[in-house]
Amino acid sequence: MPWTRKDLLTIRELDPAEITLLLDTAASLEEIAGREIKKVPALRGKTVVNLFYEASTRTRTSFEIAGKWLSADVVNFSAAGSSVAKGESLIDTAKNIAAMSPDVVVVRHPSAGAAALLARELRCSVVNAGDGAHEHPTQALLDLLTIRDRKGHLEGLHVAIVGDVAHSRVARSNIHGMRKLGMTVTVAGPPTLIPPFVQELGVKVRYRLEDAIADADVIMMLRLQRERMEHGLIPSVREYARYWGLTLERLRAHARPDVLIMHPGPVNRGIELAPEVADGPYSVILDQVARGVAVRMAVLLLLAGARGAEGA
Amino acid sequence: MAAPSRFREKAQILDEAALDRALTRIAHEILERNGGSHDLTFVGLRTRGVTLAQRIAQKIARIDGTQLPVGALDITLYRDDLGLRGTPVVRGTDIPFSIKDKVVVLVDDVLFTGRTIRAALDALIDLGRPKAIQLAVLVDRGHRELPIRPDYVGKNVPTSRRESVAVRLREHDGEDRVVIEEPEEA
Repeated sequence: MPWTRKDLLTIRELDPAEITLLLDTAASLEEIAGREIKKVPALRGKTVVNLFYEASTRTRTSFEIAGKWLSADVVNFSAAGSSVAKGESLIDTAKNIAAMSPDVVVVRHPSAGAAALLARELRCSVVNAGDGAHEHPTQALLDLLTIRDRKGHLEGLHVAIVGDVAHSRVARSNIHGMRKLGMTVTVAGPPTLIPPFVQELGVKVRYRLEDAIADADVIMMLRLQRERMEHGLIPSVREYARYWGLTLERLRAHARPDVLIMHPGPVNRGIELAPEVADGPYSVILDQVARGVAVRMAVLLLLAGARGAEGA
Repeated sequence: MAAPSRFREKAQILDEAALDRALTRIAHEILERNGGSHDLTFVGLRTRGVTLAQRIAQKIARIDGTQLPVGALDITLYRDDLGLRGTPVVRGTDIPFSIKDKVVVLVDDVLFTGRTIRAALDALIDLGRPKAIQLAVLVDRGHRELPIRPDYVGKNVPTSRRESVAVRLREHDGEDRVVIEEPEEA
């Protein structure tokens, strides 16, 4: 299975074999984290630019570590304190960065489609690290890898995605990936936070937490973004926590004993996830973060490592 | 390396019995050179080098009763031609023991240009500092491009560059045999 894409923009455009290639490559790279010398020379002399227009700790650090473990030079650019603050447009900024000949640009931006726009403008590879409420492909890949490592397979598993599905690029990327790999997906949340026509993506919809988690192999809790309350989509954070927060009692009463609890982070402790669940035995949240580095190494390796082949 | 699409068998170099005898001899030579099995470890190069390393380790276990550790090394991330060969296929390194201060016997099926071994040496040294690294190969087919030589050789086979040496092992190919192949169009 050869990798032929210049960019990684969405899970939606990938076929199942491409997703599996990314997961298999990442799985083979996981052992590097356990080494005494965490560095391999694969991307020596390649340059990766992290272009982040939104706050991020995990994703940016994860891409940075992934690039450095592969021996690429990694440059971080964040919009705060840059010429963006002086009014430079996305394309102008990107063209200036492109003039410095990077091999991969990793971009996070509040607008859906920003990564695709850059991919059209730039000759180098572009990785979407989150574009608005559209997609966050590397997060979905690390979620899939975490589930596969824990459960041994993906096909046939049932995943419940709970919370603010409407504004979640994590949910969207996961739904596409899970459906392509033969998994069953149920989304659940208050009706105002469930996107209309979401059933057309091949998912079931539930409006009670208990119904959604009853026979799930995996429960993926989404972060409640507090600004949703200001926009009148939920009455109050307290009410949300009461109906949609995953507590230990609810988990024990309704979920399967071998369920995995996931969260893309950062967790609002005590709102969507009770602390004893987030830190408990069902939780694989820190596994997700660890797998994130392996997934991003795989993405950088396949994009920057395979592309020399075009001329050969 | 643009490989021709099809190869046909030109000659058989080793049959099942000869392949087994070659590995038995290598096992004895390893013990003799190192004065026993003390501090010895095996690291095979994916994929067939790992299988050969396991077989040599089994033979040593039969000879002197010690079960030596066998690891698997993938050198994709260390290749000097990464990016010239299309999609890199990473199959994973799995060496669940420390190689620090050990004698590591590196095992591969065919020694050709030496570039794979160069990459393997870099990869091994990144995992720790072994006391020594020795090289065992089933077939040495010549045409070295780097100053690398094997310590243990199953069989030296003069070849032309356009030919290919195929090591077929029971575990992967259903038979134990080594053959020389040449491009179909020739």
